[in-house]
Amino acid sequence: MIDEDYIKSLLDKHSFLSHRESIDCFTVDCPAEDLVSFLKALRDHEGFELLIDLTAIDHGEGADIRFSTVIHLYSLVHRGYIRVHSACLNNDEPTIPSVSSIYPAANWHERETFDMFGIQFSEHPNLKRILMWDEYPYFPLRKEFPLAGIDTPLPADDVVEVTQASVEPAPMMGGPFVSPGSGVISDSEPRAKDESWTEEKEKKS
Amino acid sequence: MTANDIAYNGKVEGDVVVTRADAVINWIRKHSVWPMPMGLACCAIELMASAASRYDISRFGMEVMRFSPRQSDCMIVAGTVTYKMAEVVRRIYDQMGDPKWVVAMGACASTGGMYRSYSVMQGVDNIVPVDVYVSGCPPRPEALLDAMMKLQDKIGNESSVRDLRKSKVVASG
Amino acid sequence: MSTTTKEISVGDIGARGAEASSKLDGDKMALNVGPSHPTTHGVLRLIMELNGDLIDKCEPVLGYLHRGDEKIAENMTYNQFVPYTDRLDYLAPLANNVAYALAVEKLTDIEIPPRCQAIRVLVCEMARISSHLLGMGVFGMDAGAWTPFMYTFTEREKLYTLFEELTGARFTTSYTRIGGVSRDIPEGWLDRVQKFVDELPKAIAEVEKLLTRNRIFLDRTEGIGEISKEDALAYGLTGPNLRAAGVDLDLRKDKPYSGYEQYDFDVPIGTRGDCYDRYLVRIEEVLQSIRIIKQVIKDFPTGAWYAEDAKKIFAPPKEKILSSMEELIQNFMIVTEGPQIPAGEVYFEAENPKGALGFYIVSKGGGVPYRMKIRAPSFCNLSILEKLAPGHMLSDITVILGSLDFVMGECDR
Repeated sequence: MIDEDYIKSLLDKHSFLSHRESIDCFTVDCPAEDLVSFLKALRDHEGFELLIDLTAIDHGEGADIRFSTVIHLYSLVHRGYIRVHSACLNNDEPTIPSVSSIYPAANWHERETFDMFGIQFSEHPNLKRILMWDEYPYFPLRKEFPLAGIDTPLPADDVVEVTQASVEPAPMMGGPFVSPGSGVISDSEPRAKDESWTEEKEKKS
Repeated sequence: MTANDIAYNGKVEGDVVVTRADAVINWIRKHSVWPMPMGLACCAIELMASAASRYDISRFGMEVMRFSPRQSDCMIVAGTVTYKMAEVVRRIYDQMGDPKWVVAMGACASTGGMYRSYSVMQGVDNIVPVDVYVSGCPPRPEALLDAMMKLQDKIGNESSVRDLRKSKVVASG
Repeated sequence: MSTTTKEISVGDIGARGAEASSKLDGDKMALNVGPSHPTTHGVLRLIMELNGDLIDKCEPVLGYLHRGDEKIAENMTYNQFVPYTDRLDYLAPLANNVAYALAVEKLTDIEIPPRCQAIRVLVCEMARISSHLLGMGVFGMDAGAWTPFMYTFTEREKLYTLFEELTGARFTTSYTRIGGVSRDIPEGWLDRVQKFVDELPKAIAEVEKLLTRNRIFLDRTEGIGEISKEDALAYGLTGPNLRAAGVDLDLRKDKPYSGYEQYDFDVPIGTRGDCYDRYLVRIEEVLQSIRIIKQVIKDFPTGAWYAEDAKKIFAPPKEKILSSMEELIQNFMIVTEGPQIPAGEVYFEAENPKGALGFYIVSKGGGVPYRMKIRAPSFCNLSILEKLAPGHMLSDITVILGSLDFVMGECDR
């Protein structure tokens, strides 16, 4: 059982952890350099054999720590989850040690996180893109990347020659239509943010 | 009955049917369209359902869903075409033999659907020429069958003999 | 006339073949099982290195159906995102809807009334039956049997009729909302569901008669694709694949949600973890789902089908919106700004037919999530393929892929 005593004993055993308040499961903050040893201890001594999920959060360009990874583990013995937050070193070229040597399940999750955020996982056996094609130059889930995408050439030259297709930004028409929520009601109606650009009128560049 | 349909008058002709070449060729082609299911996403499930026993696409002669492009006539693009998948769709289209048709099934294949994002191609007509668009997310099997019937009408109105005479032999390799 | 006899040893065909192949033993062949291939469940590409017929290396390439769901989620309100969850595991859309709604509701403190919980359990189990029926039909088709596919699809059509009556759509249903479901169950629907589950075991028995003790099917699936317990846990497998390997983990029993603790059902666990075990586990799960559905219908609770006190989260019923000012404003705010979910982070996973579908949601307050990660069971189930395939023959790949029962819509998101 993951109860108060268990949490306290775990926090005492690994003094580098700091507890985080959370509504649903036991959450800790772990520094990047102790991450591998902590996860190894969790798997071997505490009974967390199942790596459920490994992902990252982009806190925005202005934040002190821009990227942090979040790992969820499940224990069949305790029937509970633990969530481990870990901040990535270096905001511009984020890196963090890889845990795929401890949990092989993390292999693909880390590849996906690299693909979407650009976080380098050191000592990963095969860190290349998994969801986008290999030559794609951007990291889509970063906050400054627009949802519609950015112009890039299509990866297949022979197809482009015949069809003149390319990776174009999707026509958002100023959408998606969600209202910001604050301010005067008449201003926060969900209208297109950029009404000058619709299907009839071209966008002024 | 249009001029392209086969006309038969037993008293005059006996056992011989005299008609236009176009009528015969189109009649043969449209009643045995062999689809190549490019089943990419959820629409593929409705495609399979239209091939199953309730909506029986076999009534139209189309149950032969050959996954080999060389043996099929019509490519049914069922599902979202992403930019990564686009070159594959085009290459398979190129491998199909003439005459060939393309049916864009569903909202995602027609215009990108509800996925207005960085990785989805906004319509498969950016990469292959489309003959029939089917709307729906996913389209009901009846809608797909209706689209195939419209495709049959379109095939019926083609000038096949003129196209056969015009077609150049494309060097392979 | 003298005859001479000379003895020539020719040997049988096998011996000659073996001698020839030892001379031919040379380079390995690279085979690309391309994205468009009848035996893959969607667009999956396998880059394989073959040594004759044996697979040496197998590298799956994904991403051919990556639609950018997680980025889309950061720009849509919680209710606007529900149709996208349908299309994750598009064989059991209702189960995804329910998992998503439960995840978001965990961030709030609203209480879901018992009738809504029972509706959600009912549709989840029906979705499970639908997904497993298709999984087994297509698995049979991968192994070469056409008829089970037709039988299971006939049963699925009956399910589609029921779903259409309940939600309005045959299969991409978008049924749940944050705080409840979109509409109450219609008159007489429960009787039709009862009739369906009464007739279903006969259809399952027909499929079983064709496959379960079929000599060809057994030869093709027994001993193929064995996954050990340790491997299954190490690679993050969940769902029937994990249970067939022998691990007793079913989220409906271990971390029950939406009222599952009231119902009595068994969880089938396999022994060897091969393709045949996975098939048997799924067939048995369908029978257990039938058991759950019968219990749900027997004591179906009455009352509200949405959280009535969730003022800023669930839109009030239409009659009130069109007649009263307060409800009109409430509806307007919920539709335009989205349900107001408090700040925080939550991870919730539900036992979907494919495995454990999890949503990790980081909310900074307001109607739009800050980050949503979808933990897809098929993504994790597929990662074991690189380890599993080598050592098998090329024709076993189709059976292994069919038995893992993954869906690319979920895997690539």
